[in-house]
Amino acid sequence: MSDGIYLDNNATTQVDPEIVEAMLPYFTEQFGNPSSMHQFGNKVGHAIKKARSQVQALLGAQYDSEILFTSCGTESDSTAILSALKAYPKRTEIITTTVEHPAVLELCKHLEKEGYTIHFLEVDAKGRLDLDAYQGLLSSKVAVVSVMWANNETGTLFPVEEMAAMAREAGVLFHTDAVQAVGKVPIDLKNSKIDMLSLSGHKLHAPKGIGVLYLKRGTRYRPLLRGGHQERGRRAGTENAASIVGLGMACELAMEHMAYENSEVKALRDRLQEGILEAVPNCFVTGDPDNRLPNTLNIAFEFIEGEAILMLLNKDGIAASSGSACTSGSLEPSHVMRAMDIPFTAAHGTIRFSLSRYNTPDEIEKVIAVVPAIMTKLRKLSPYWGEDGPVANPDAAFAPAYS
Amino acid sequence: MWDYSETVKEHFFNPRNAGEVGDANATGDVGSISCGDALRLQLKVNAETEVIEDAGFQTFGCGSAIASSSALTEIIKGKTLDEALKVSNQDIADYLEGLPPEKMHCSVMGREALQAAIADYRGEEWKDDHEEGELICKCFAIDAVMIEDTVRANDLSSVEDVTNYTKAGGGCSSCHEGIEEILTKVLAEKGIEFDPEAAPKPQVAPLDEPTPETPQVAASGLTSFQRIKKIEDVIEKVRPMLQADRGDIELVDVDGNKVMVHLVGACAGCQMAGMTLGGVQQQLMEELGEFIQLIPVQKKAVHAVAGA
Repeated sequence: MSDGIYLDNNATTQVDPEIVEAMLPYFTEQFGNPSSMHQFGNKVGHAIKKARSQVQALLGAQYDSEILFTSCGTESDSTAILSALKAYPKRTEIITTTVEHPAVLELCKHLEKEGYTIHFLEVDAKGRLDLDAYQGLLSSKVAVVSVMWANNETGTLFPVEEMAAMAREAGVLFHTDAVQAVGKVPIDLKNSKIDMLSLSGHKLHAPKGIGVLYLKRGTRYRPLLRGGHQERGRRAGTENAASIVGLGMACELAMEHMAYENSEVKALRDRLQEGILEAVPNCFVTGDPDNRLPNTLNIAFEFIEGEAILMLLNKDGIAASSGSACTSGSLEPSHVMRAMDIPFTAAHGTIRFSLSRYNTPDEIEKVIAVVPAIMTKLRKLSPYWGEDGPVANPDAAFAPAYS
Repeated sequence: MWDYSETVKEHFFNPRNAGEVGDANATGDVGSISCGDALRLQLKVNAETEVIEDAGFQTFGCGSAIASSSALTEIIKGKTLDEALKVSNQDIADYLEGLPPEKMHCSVMGREALQAAIADYRGEEWKDDHEEGELICKCFAIDAVMIEDTVRANDLSSVEDVTNYTKAGGGCSSCHEGIEEILTKVLAEKGIEFDPEAAPKPQVAPLDEPTPETPQVAASGLTSFQRIKKIEDVIEKVRPMLQADRGDIELVDVDGNKVMVHLVGACAGCQMAGMTLGGVQQQLMEELGEFIQLIPVQKKAVHAVAGA
């Protein structure tokens, strides 16, 4: 990044310049349709084949035909869940969690209105699932389990491999939204019982508009988009060749940087956490700090509101995101924070810092240097804050009339 | 990121009158912590002249909530309490050179904090039962509560009906699914299944000329004459703006805190958010100093209800 400090990589990432370079020929000289017989299409077909094997390698998939290119993570999620419902029409239940990304959560809520029974697994205060409760829900009525690999807000990892094995045992399909996990934690699908997995290119330095659905060989499947033989008839539509090439390369680079991500990036994240917790009173890490993505840090700053924090961070050139209601224009703070029972006065002040391999120690030190003053400034404005700490018994000291 | 005006940003980055007022003699605490916006307004009022000599705020909230609080204190300092009570939420928004539709409630909160603080000074009790729902139509700033109440009051059954009565859905049309969901829910309460192909209610022909009829007083009793006069005044005040859009609004009835009006003309595509039902409702509340629920109705339907 030339100017500014970008700590919002769970939202989207910068396309690696090397990847842009690799994509460019597919807009110009290699513009052909890979389905065509002539020379203009032929090379494109080969490039897509190579990209497919690069994705296969990062996911540890057994066959390259298990990789279906889609337009985004959301399409992959919808395809997987709707496919399971169509392939098993007598099964009318779905198991998911209360903390999924809206791509899964909103779809499930919509399906609930259409008459399906959705079991939303709850989480504890650290965002962890109760596997006994999960076991109790698995039955021959369940069409599919959809559980995210890593939470986008807190980075908390779910035991999806174990949960997939439990689903397999019960004869139930298992899908995971691994959009945040792919490229950040090692994945070995050939040795797992995961039937379907979604990933999104723009979360790992590939462009926006490209995603993948992993479909384990033999999994019963019904396409969402019909009307072409692309992706072996499982996802019709002319291939987004340039982006597929970009995603393939991004997967290869992610593979190369996996160790770096889990050592250097993780160390930067830990330094950021330590620096902020040390300098700012009344804040805490949300989620499960011992079991989370190496790049993600989510801190709740009590008694102040997230959008205001983000605006001040932005003024200092720092990009992050928040779980407050105001950032999205909704009436409630993040469903993930509410699911973990984080009080409103803290949930609205949650800030997610998400790093990438492009961040430097200097940047992290600069963030640590400016964050305390921002919190002090906003707390001075807060009715919950006194001279140099929260007022005694804050909920009673300030109990506004609802308006 | 929200499209905040430079003035909003400037007031957020450099808020005026932030903090407690040491010798305050009036305090108003309003807002909702679940929604993430709450405000304490403190005033120092001169007991002789009732002039607001000092004002300060403490806000838990987003950029526009802090900017609205800052603007409010700037606007009211030096005013008498009666003058200050004339400040509307639109005045606060205008002072800030506008707020995004999702953020207009921040200016409403400012206005309500002012009412609460003045009530505190005068030893009155301030109560607000206004309910805010999820914003459904962003073109005309109509929320779910307004749509639900209108559907119930008028037995509406189609998206076109809802647009005719509230304007919701009359702009970009992307909220039609949301409106259908509300229709499905409300109709289900009466055991009716929502039919997307149901014909809309026939629309009443536009009024040829403004003829403010004397409304029947329903349940409000003695002091209602002045009250209704005031309601009429507000309605008359906004009519020219709607008429400019080839629309109109007519007062049909008043029943307790419910004010029934008849809207004419769709004004579809009009982006005058300040002149939506929400805007008119707000003006009524400000003029009367009490909670008012504005419900658009068909004239005949309401007379039948009122007479029943």
